[in-house]
Amino acid sequence: MSNWIDLLSWLLLMAGSFFGISGGVGMLRFPDFYTRMHAAGVTDTLCAVLILLGLMLQAGWGLVLIKLFLILALLLLTSPTATHALGRAAFHSRLQPLLDTREKLASKS
Amino acid sequence: MFAVAAGAILVAIGLALIHAFRGPTLYDRILAVNMFGTKTVLLIAVLGFLGGRPDFLDIALVYALINFISVVAVLRFFEYSRFRFITVPPGIPRNDTADE
Repeated sequence: MSNWIDLLSWLLLMAGSFFGISGGVGMLRFPDFYTRMHAAGVTDTLCAVLILLGLMLQAGWGLVLIKLFLILALLLLTSPTATHALGRAAFHSRLQPLLDTREKLASKS
Repeated sequence: MFAVAAGAILVAIGLALIHAFRGPTLYDRILAVNMFGTKTVLLIAVLGFLGGRPDFLDIALVYALINFISVVAVLRFFEYSRFRFITVPPGIPRNDTADE
């Protein structure tokens, strides 16, 4: 029984690590600020949830589990809020999204 | 197991730092710093388990609060800023014809 919990925890931690690194790579590789925000924001939340769930499985019943749950709830509340505020601030400062300009160019020529 | 997770989080922190130094607009830097903060919370939690001392979780909780408040404060400061050459440097497409 304990081996299964260890295996599940290991899988969750590895999945969280994968999403963390892929979020970092996506933030460096995507062409535009809004797409970079998508890569960083989505994988950030998923990485935090998976890693904290993996730690919860290792913690067992007790105060540690409650603290991990508090951190998880706080991150789930604040991380999307921060990403939303960031996108709104960028849009208000008139940062233009990268648009597909092929149609406009075809109609112009 | 925890060491592998901690190493992966450190790699992600390194990528976020590269983006924070390189990113053309101010918002790219804020995005990278936000990701840095979230990854730091996870790193503190994982390091507590790695060392066998889960007391570090209190520090992780406080760091999550501080990270969110600082990001929102910086964003409120720059949201309606007139210093466009700081927030969106020249060369980046900008919608200057929109209403104020």
